[in-house]
Formats: sequence, C-alpha cells, structure tokens
Amino acid sequence: MEEIGGYKKLRRKIVITTLCFAMIPLLVVGFEMYRGFAGVYETRVMEDLRRMAENRRYAIDLFLEERLSQLSTLVYTQSFDQLKDEEYLNRVFTLLQMRSKSYVDVGIIDREGNHVAYIGPYQLKGVNYSNEEWFHETMRRGYYISDVFAGFRNFPHFIIAIMRREGDRSWILRATIDTDIFEAMVRAAQTGQKGDAFVVNRNNVLQTTPRFGGELLSKMDYPVFQRFSGTIVEQRDLGGDKALVGLAWLKNKEWLLVIKVESFESMMPLVRARFFAIELIAGGVLVMIIGALFISRVMVRQLERAEKGKALLDASLIQSSKMAALGKLAAGIAHEVNNPLAVIKEKVGWISDLLTEEEIAKSENFAEFDDAVRKIDYHVDRAKKVTHRLLGFARRMEPVREQVDLNRLISETIAFLENEAHYRSIEIKTEFSQDLPATVSDSSQLQQVFLNILNNAIDAIGKSGEIIIKTGFSESERELYVSVSDDGPGIPNELKSKIFDPFFSTKEYGMGTGLGLSISYSIIEKLGGRINVSSEAGKGAAFTIYLPWITDKTV
Amino acid sequence: MVKPKVLVIDDEPDFLETVVKRLRKRQIEAAGVGGGKEAVRLLSEQSFDVVILDLRMPGMDGLETLKEIKKKSPLTEVIMLTGHGSVESGIQGMQLGAFDYVIKPADFEELLEKVNQAAERKMLHEERLRKA
Repeated sequence: MEEIGGYKKLRRKIVITTLCFAMIPLLVVGFEMYRGFAGVYETRVMEDLRRMAENRRYAIDLFLEERLSQLSTLVYTQSFDQLKDEEYLNRVFTLLQMRSKSYVDVGIIDREGNHVAYIGPYQLKGVNYSNEEWFHETMRRGYYISDVFAGFRNFPHFIIAIMRREGDRSWILRATIDTDIFEAMVRAAQTGQKGDAFVVNRNNVLQTTPRFGGELLSKMDYPVFQRFSGTIVEQRDLGGDKALVGLAWLKNKEWLLVIKVESFESMMPLVRARFFAIELIAGGVLVMIIGALFISRVMVRQLERAEKGKALLDASLIQSSKMAALGKLAAGIAHEVNNPLAVIKEKVGWISDLLTEEEIAKSENFAEFDDAVRKIDYHVDRAKKVTHRLLGFARRMEPVREQVDLNRLISETIAFLENEAHYRSIEIKTEFSQDLPATVSDSSQLQQVFLNILNNAIDAIGKSGEIIIKTGFSESERELYVSVSDDGPGIPNELKSKIFDPFFSTKEYGMGTGLGLSISYSIIEKLGGRINVSSEAGKGAAFTIYLPWITDKTV
Repeated sequence: MVKPKVLVIDDEPDFLETVVKRLRKRQIEAAGVGGGKEAVRLLSEQSFDVVILDLRMPGMDGLETLKEIKKKSPLTEVIMLTGHGSVESGIQGMQLGAFDYVIKPADFEELLEKVNQAAERKMLHEERLRKA
C-alpha cells in the first residue's frame, strides 16, 4: 500500500518540478516581452503626441506671425490720412481678405483712442478705447496680440494691433482675428473619442473652446505652468481620468497649447495586447500543466512497471536458488536414507536365503519368519520409491531442454501430493490424452509449475473435494494443454486479474509468499506458452497451461 | 556354467559382508573390499571375472576405481551400484567401460542376473582373444 503512496508523491514532485522549470521562463519571457512592447508603445504614443503638439504650436505660431507681418506691412506702407478714409480702408481690407479670410474687421484708432475708421460687421465707429488695456499696451509696446475677450461687441474675439509713429502722430491699426479659423486649427488636434485640445493663457483662462470640461473664457481647472521652451509630454490625472498631455507655449503670445489624449483610449491597443498576451500565456500554462501531468503519469507508470518487473525477477531468482538448495538437500537426504535401506534389503535377503535351509524350515516359527521377511522387503521397496522420487525431483533442478512426456511428469507430480490430498479427502482424477505427443521443454521447471498449481487447487478446496487434471493437444495450434480444475470456492472477477501479480496472496499472513503463480506464469511464458484461468465465485476454478509443441531440440 | 569369481567393492561394511555371504551361498566365489585402493591392490594379486562397484565412496571414488580396474585388468567386467539411475556418474561409468548399473537398494536377483551376463561376456572376449 505504501508503494502506491510513494508513486503518487513522485508523480506530484515531477509535475511540480516540470511546471516550475517550464512556467518560470515562459512567464519571465512573456512579462519581459510585454514590458518591452509596452515601453516601446508608450514611447511611441508620447512621441506622436509631442509631434502633434509641436506641429500645432508651429501652425498657430505661423498663423499669428503671418497676421502680424501682414498688418505690419499694411501699417508701414499706408499713411494715417489714407487709411482714415473709410472707402480707402475698405479697399485695403478687401485686398487683405483676398488671400485669407482671417480677419473679421479692421479699424484705425488715433492717439486719443478714438475709433476713426472701421470696416466690419459691428457698430464700432467712434468708440473710444483709451481706457482699454490693449490700447495702452499697443501704445507702449508697438504691437499687441490680445487674449480672447468679449469687448464692446459682446462676442469672444481677439485682436492684433500695431502702432505707427508717423512724424509727430501715432496711430493704431487694429484688426480682429477670425476665431473660427483659429479654433479650427486647435480643433484639428482633438483626436479620438475622448481627446481634447485647447489654448489657455497665463492664468489658465481658455482662449479656445475645448471639447470637454470648460467654456470659452472660463478658467480651466488646471495647474498653472511656468513658461518653458519646447514641448512637454506627461501623464496627468485630470478631471478624474488619467490623461497624456502635450503642452507647448506659443512663441508669439503667452498662450499655452494643451493637447489632451486620454490614457486609456490611446493605450487601448496596448491593453488589448496585454489581454492577448495573458490569454496566450494562460493557454500555454494550461498546455504545460496537461503535458506535465500526462508525462509524469506515463513516466511513473513506466517506473512502476520496471520496478515491479525487477521485484518479480528478484523474487523469482530467490525462489530459484531456494529450489536449488532444496534440491540439494533432498538429494542428500535421499542418498543418506538409501544406504541403510540397501543394507536392510541385503540383510533381510540373507535371512530369506537362510530360511531355505532345512533345519530352520522345520522350526515352529518358520511361517512367521517367512512372513516377516517378505513384509520387510516389501516396505523397504516402498521406502525406496520415496527416496527415488525425491532424487528424481532434485536431479531436475538444472534447466534443460529435453523431451518431456507431460502425462508422466504430471503423474509423478501427483504422486508427490497424493498423501496430502488423501489426508484431506480430496480426490485427484486424471483424464490424459493417450496420444499426447512429447515436446521439447524443461521438465524440472514444468514440474515446479504443476506442483504449484496442484498445491493451490488443494489449498483452495481445503477439505473434501475433487480435482480433475486433463491433458490434450491441438494439431492446428501446434500446442499441448494441461488443465487443472477444482471444485473449490472459485475466484471472484475482481481478483482474477491480480492472481498472477507478484506478492498477491489470499492466504493468511505467513502462509505462502504470493509468488507461486507469478513465477509459474513467467516460467510458462519463457517456455513459449501461456496460462489461462477461468473461474466464477462459488463454481471452482480451472487453470489451463498451454505449451508450444516443439519437436526440434535445437530450437 | 562356470561360476564367476566376483569382487565386491563397497564402503558400507554391513552391506558388503551380506552381499558376499549371499553370493557364496549360491556357490559363487566372492570377495569383498571396503575401498578403491584395496581393490586395486587385490586385483594385482588375484584376478576376478566380475566386479560389483559402489560409485559413491569416500577417498578413491567409484569412477576412479573403475578407471584403475580397466587399466589393470581390462577384461574384468564392472557392474556399478548407483543411488539413482542415469545420474551423470552412471552415464560416465558406462562410457568408461562399465558393463551395466544397478540402482540401490538393489534387487539381488537382478544383480545376480547381471553378474552372470557380465561373466558370459568376459568369457566370449577371452575366447576371441585366444583365437586371434
């Protein structure tokens, strides 16, 4: 029983070891590959965002630069007097609009802040801007790009204003930029389903309309950034979502371009790749587990079989040497007994010789002497049969290939067990085939097998029963058979396959080794035959030994 | 028929003594020795027609004795007494020139029969030699 437990443990050990050795590299490789891929992918995404931010920033900067340059050219090539004439201004404005519809309106403002000329959709002529910040900034700095504001027209817009000193006069050319075009440029950077892009000023006031989370001119719920050069791409937790943001300050204005890409969305392919990798690895692990279980079972079964085979071989070797020792013992005993028997026989023969002499023949007790002498001689012969049988058995211990007469061999074997059977009231009947041919085999080993099976039959019956031994042969199959059937309790079905297993015995502990049938089985197998058993519980058992019919001794 | 002269060689004294007595009762001239060495010595002094030889003896064993007898007196026929028939020594004995063998415990009549047959053969051989 502990054998079975040992094999289970071994199997478990093999499975665990195999899995560890196999899974660890798989998991490590899988993990590393994923990490590598993830790293590359993340870098890629961030690089894409950076490039987009750069591009947009450049585009917006370029736009502003173009406007500035356009308006500068205008301011320095026209005079105040020319431009304050609205008709003239209108023609100039139309020219401006020819190349790009970037402007909403244009206006000339004098040194006092009066709107002296205006071309545009709003009623702004005559408005005074002297209190406006942009006016002061423009007068001070020479040019000014404003933030987006509502202004007098009550509509979000931003202006570009350029001041010119003409002699002792200074005047301002002011143009309103079409925010739609401007917004369109920023909107182009809003990607995906959750991506966003917008521009904020230094105080995080939105200059364009974002897709989510804010209105134009409202303050963005954002950390305030110091001005930096170049583009920053970073992970930010914004509004509850993890986002990747690209930030770039414009060169021409203190505006920050923010492009927001939702982490999850942009990383979707990566997440999908991760799931795929996990599925693959899980699949691999499953295959490995199945493989390991299968392999371990196969290996352990092989091992079991090999060990059992070795145990059987060992047992059979021990049995062989026991038999050899027994044989020698028997031979020794037989010889030791034979010698005194020989003497007794001669002595009694001598007495018999003397009894023929006349004087003794006349004595009263002659009849008794005569009878006694005869009886002594008879029983010496009887003892002689026993010792010769012993010697015959002992002699056949060496394996040999010789002609074997099965019927005779079996009769001899029965003789060994006759007394035992008789004592237990078991009758042994024989039905020998009369033309049973001789075959070449090993009679000592065959006798061992017959002894074993006959013994088993006797033990099975116990007391009072019948054993029938039949012999026969089949020409077509080229084999001889011997069947030993008893009317004992029989062998139940679940045990039938086990009876030839080594160390299997239904006898009490200490009675029998459980080796008899397994050794008999292997002997017959080696001789080229087979043993069959047919039995039903309660209906006795029949063992049939088939032997090949060999006629050539050199085979 | 001329009664043969028989030598019995056996290491069991009781056996030896009784066989010799029984032979003599049947008017057969018989002598007995307890071992191979004595047998060889006796054979150099006297000649015997038939030798009954026990194969299993201590000291000089049966087969050695057989060889010596055949060397010294090749015409003397030897009948072997063996514990079991067709044992290797029995077969070997036959190959070395023994006449026959009898299994112990021996049937005396069978033994006598073989002694007479052996004696006859010896006579035939001697005659052939004389004629040659």
